[in-house]
Amino acid sequence: MNNPFPLSRDGLLTAYRRMKTIREFEERLHVEFAKGDIAGFVHLYAGEEAAGVGIMMHLEDHDRIASTHRGHGHCIAKGVDVRAMMAEIYGKATGACAGKGGSMHIADLSKGMMGANGILGAGAPLICGAGLAAQKLGHDGVGITFFGDGASNQGTVLESMNLAAIWNLPVIFVVENNGYAESTSVDYAVATDSYVDRAAGFGMPGITVDGTDFFAVYEAAGEVIRRAREGGGPSLLECKMIRFYGHFEGDAQTYRAPGEIEENRAHRDCLKIFTGKILEAGVVESGELARIDSEVVGLIDDALESAQAAPLPSAAELTTDVYVTY
Amino acid sequence: MARTLSMMAAINEALDQEMSRDPTVVVLGEDIVGGTGSPGEDDAWGGAMGVTKGLIHKHPGQLIDTPLSESAYIGAAIGAATCGLRPVAELMFVDFMGVCLDQIFNQAAKFRYMFGGKAETPVVIRTTCGAGFRAAAQHSQMLTPVFTHIPGLKVVCPSNAYDTKGLLIQSIRDNDPVIFLEHKNLYDHETDVPEESYAIPFGEANIAREGTDVTIVTYGMMVPYSLEASETLKGEGIDVEVIDLRTLSPIDLDTVFESVEMTGRLVCVDEANPRCSIASDVAAAVAQEAFGSLKGPVAMVTAPHAPVPFSSALEDLYIPSPERIADSVRRTMGAHPS
Repeated sequence: MNNPFPLSRDGLLTAYRRMKTIREFEERLHVEFAKGDIAGFVHLYAGEEAAGVGIMMHLEDHDRIASTHRGHGHCIAKGVDVRAMMAEIYGKATGACAGKGGSMHIADLSKGMMGANGILGAGAPLICGAGLAAQKLGHDGVGITFFGDGASNQGTVLESMNLAAIWNLPVIFVVENNGYAESTSVDYAVATDSYVDRAAGFGMPGITVDGTDFFAVYEAAGEVIRRAREGGGPSLLECKMIRFYGHFEGDAQTYRAPGEIEENRAHRDCLKIFTGKILEAGVVESGELARIDSEVVGLIDDALESAQAAPLPSAAELTTDVYVTY
Repeated sequence: MARTLSMMAAINEALDQEMSRDPTVVVLGEDIVGGTGSPGEDDAWGGAMGVTKGLIHKHPGQLIDTPLSESAYIGAAIGAATCGLRPVAELMFVDFMGVCLDQIFNQAAKFRYMFGGKAETPVVIRTTCGAGFRAAAQHSQMLTPVFTHIPGLKVVCPSNAYDTKGLLIQSIRDNDPVIFLEHKNLYDHETDVPEESYAIPFGEANIAREGTDVTIVTYGMMVPYSLEASETLKGEGIDVEVIDLRTLSPIDLDTVFESVEMTGRLVCVDEANPRCSIASDVAAAVAQEAFGSLKGPVAMVTAPHAPVPFSSALEDLYIPSPERIADSVRRTMGAHPS
């Protein structure tokens, strides 16, 4: 069978499974949040899966990522345990962070996931550190920092782009441009028509891709990651994408155009676009995807049930792990 | 064989020895080499105060000049600390913390707790502090309480060259983020400093002077000032004990309580502004834990609740002086101020 894609059949199925896992995870959280069982702030990645997965398909555990407040998708794509994530979101002792972090602070350093982050733009300096460490320790790891169109205006991001450029760090700046900084339009808040121009201002290559097209992201990410690994320095990658839900769960989204979300779900759903392409090419069969769907639903069911049943942290944990030693 | 070294030279030696011991120790900051990319000499500055002068020749690759981007390079030091390096970042003045504080208090300080105990962030942020340089409001502050307020940070502020070397070595080997505050006016202050490497544990105060009548609890530049005041008071028959906290987080309150139980009188001396200061913190702790030992009210000698002024006439009034410290002790002893 002729495979016109840059990934093997197995690779395509892996990418599908990751994207589907993110989608199912987020859709279920949306439902459960509405029931009132989940506390705090939850920001969903549904609709944006192709960007996170298209990039992360190129990464190993020794590659580092610094994520955002909208970090569930990055975590799953980077290999963080889904059950531990769900338990964390429920604030349980079995959570990825023992219930002390919550949705906005899920991390797993063993997987190279340096943390979701409640401070916009804060990951950019941190990822420069990851790049510096790779350089000094002499391994080929790269660092990827994600930030939205909103955080793209933070001084930390711009300072870090300069720092990465002058030190030639193996770092990629990924702008996840979903058009809205909370409720504020990118057209209003970002003083450039193209992030490629902004990259050029720091002397680094910049690429803009359709973030709903997994293959466009995958190919562009492959190029900038390869360059970084080979000592070619930092790049910027802008993924134009669609946020299916609000800035946070509970956002009434009255700032969006009437019908905008329905239109996007119908025609710009990155998962539908991906499955359409691989099925049309005949590289995989719909039955294979249905099997994955069923396994993913089982995984999320299990994650949800085990999270709900898991114990809360004990009172003694209130003051543990503030320091390594004190 | 006793050998004296200035605090500045002690810092240089600690960094030198730790970089030799551990190749993952990297030192980064603005002008810490100096002249990078410029047409003149390498190692032109060795930091704004000259503390790191000469180290680049011994440890090429372990010292990195940064652009004037405090958020980016302090954040990079923190990120690198979670990825296998042990960075020592130099921030020229503690006053610049405002520029990069998010990376310190929302990132470094919280990683371990927020990530459920799985992160280690062995980073040291060295910075200068304190007034007395006619450097005015944005280059002279004593911001120690800002950092002691934040769980997850360790805070060190030494008063002499010997402690500085041992505490800096401990800071570099420590696996938590450390804010290491160096008082500008102590840089030339010399003490005996052994050549060999040694670490001073955190959370152990030093009794800088033993005495039985009144306890002064202080740190940093206020230690020599308190010792000077104690010498004056000795002539008046007042025997002062001076406790140098050395590390402010963790803080050795046991030594403070023991001393207060003996003397019954406490004067807290702090160059920081008075509200929510180290002085008020120690006073509150003693009121809670050793109230029964007190023979009179606790006194505080601090800077006023005002920014650091420029004019020498005002700055000299701003900084707690040996005379003010001595007056406060006299009042605590029940005497009228001179």
